Amino acid sequence: MGKIIELKKVNKWFDKFQVLKDIDLEVAPQEKIVICGPSGSGKSTLIRCINRLEEHQEGNIIVDGTELAENTKNIEKIRAEVGMVFQQFNLFPHLSILDNCTLAPIWVKKLPKKEAEEVAMKNLTRVQIDDQAFKFPGQLSGGQQQRAAIARALCMEPKIMLFDEPTSALDPEMIKEVLDVMVDLAKGGMTMIVVTHEMGFAKEVADYMIFMDEGKIVERAKTKEFFENPKSDRTKLFLSQIL
Amino acid sequence: MNIISKPSKENIKSYLPIGITLVFLSLLDVFVNAFFNYNLLGFFPSQISYFSPLVFGFIGLYLIRIEFSGIRSLDILNKNINSNNFNAFLTLLTLFILIKSIPPLLNWFILDANFVGNTKEDCTGDGACWVFIKVWFNRFMYGLYPDAEQWRINTAFLILFSIVGVSFFVSAKLKKYFILFLIFIYPFLGIELISGGGFGLKYVETAAWGGLSLTFIISAFAILFCFPIGVFLALGRRSSLPAIRYISIGFIELWRGVPLITVLFMSAVMFPMFLPDGTFIDKLIRVLIAITLFEAAYMAEVVRGGLQALPKGQYEAAKSLGMGYWRMNVLIILPQALKLVIPGIANTLLALVKDTPLIFVVGLMELAGMIGLAKTNPKWLGMAMEGYVFAGLVFWVICYAMSRYSQNLEKKLSTER
Repeated sequence: MGKIIELKKVNKWFDKFQVLKDIDLEVAPQEKIVICGPSGSGKSTLIRCINRLEEHQEGNIIVDGTELAENTKNIEKIRAEVGMVFQQFNLFPHLSILDNCTLAPIWVKKLPKKEAEEVAMKNLTRVQIDDQAFKFPGQLSGGQQQRAAIARALCMEPKIMLFDEPTSALDPEMIKEVLDVMVDLAKGGMTMIVVTHEMGFAKEVADYMIFMDEGKIVERAKTKEFFENPKSDRTKLFLSQIL
Repeated sequence: MNIISKPSKENIKSYLPIGITLVFLSLLDVFVNAFFNYNLLGFFPSQISYFSPLVFGFIGLYLIRIEFSGIRSLDILNKNINSNNFNAFLTLLTLFILIKSIPPLLNWFILDANFVGNTKEDCTGDGACWVFIKVWFNRFMYGLYPDAEQWRINTAFLILFSIVGVSFFVSAKLKKYFILFLIFIYPFLGIELISGGGFGLKYVETAAWGGLSLTFIISAFAILFCFPIGVFLALGRRSSLPAIRYISIGFIELWRGVPLITVLFMSAVMFPMFLPDGTFIDKLIRVLIAITLFEAAYMAEVVRGGLQALPKGQYEAAKSLGMGYWRMNVLIILPQALKLVIPGIANTLLALVKDTPLIFVVGLMELAGMIGLAKTNPKWLGMAMEGYVFAGLVFWVICYAMSRYSQNLEKKLSTER
């Protein structure tokens, strides 16, 4: 099976501080990977490197056959194929939910407005906030905003979805509605890399678990094995604290 | 025992009328004193009579300071201007100063002012000589522009105002074309109309332009051009390309660091020396470019403030959707950043309008300049006050209108509820 994302010996520094150390990672199409680890372990940085919101200094990152490097001309094209959902939603507050969803398809993918709106409504229905389409982000609850952000990313019809702690900024009762959407998405066959502390979600959808600490991948295992029989002591400690 | 009890709901029936009477009496005294020069309470010794309105008013306000009186208007009054002794004192003082200052102003502006006549000699009253404004009005509006050709300026402005007026009532789609026309076609049309030289219109050199119409022309052009240049400079200053960044920083700091009057002087006097022989750029255009670049530097910093206020997440979200630099800035960043800094932009543009009189240093006379010229006319000496009060009023009206517009815009564009 071909690999849609490949990371080889990726190293990254913030000034002198090394945040990623020799990261090797391969993701096949339709695979779901959950990354967990203590804060500051580099997991957010890792997925931000995959659509080059952060630049790595050493190693290779290949996304859908294109290597990300300093001189990558069509970085926008790669980014259009990789959807991203942020901890802070990052919806565009000056646009309605519908416009949030149609803006990039219209201007980046050059979709006709009408078609873009159809796609947007389809995705908003999928995340169950089609009735909020004409409201502004500021009028929605956190959970609704995050679902709108997921719909916005889906409107670009990405091959890969990256989730950067999508539920960490939400009130407890809103977490479920967002996770439900993500589970639904996973069952639909999307390739997903999720940074999260929601272990219940991980157990339900993840093919592989990755545990990171201090910029290194400490453990990579099938989900069941990871939870039932973790190999490294660091993973065991982490799991005992979080579960 | 306690004859004078604290004002409260129990004694409201007796205290309220007495209090109101006292306050009324004190205001009446000041009023009569100010308008008719008659001292109602003159029967008191002079020291007491001088302070009597204050004392009366103070006691009156004390008596009506009844908490939860049940009378709505009284409660509102007490809460806002009569909440304690010190505030009551300030309220009275403010009222007295206002009443006292009305008559002299009224006299000067209207009652003792002169409106009829054609020469300075017709101004016999003690007040303002508005005859001066009346006689010179044409010059204040059009400068030295020939009388026979002034319809061209009128037409140009009429077209402008009617387009702007109509654009309020048309659909959003048509409005776009109106705006495009106003920005890209109208300025050149207007200038062609006013300067002439083509279409059988007599050429009028820019040295003859002046008065309020020149104020408008310069302000409009400078605003039109300084805004996009400012935006580009702001983006440039935050660019990741060092060359663009340093050029932007250099430009902004250079223009911000020099007084406008120096810039204008240089543009008119020094700049032509650097031009090759035979080339000639009109003085007005040079001045316009100078003002535009000067204000663009300020505009850039205002816009940069807005850019910096946006959370990093907005940039990242735009990038993650595959938007390049220009799409990200035009669609996501600038609409938000500019909305944030509307007050700052309005500030800069108001300053720009009020800076236009400085073009007198290069011999161009807009409104204030023409007034300066008129007041030195031997037949109209001593009219500086009337002239500058008039200029002040006109500028105030323009600036206030701009300020209101910016506030409306802010409200209209607000999406946070």
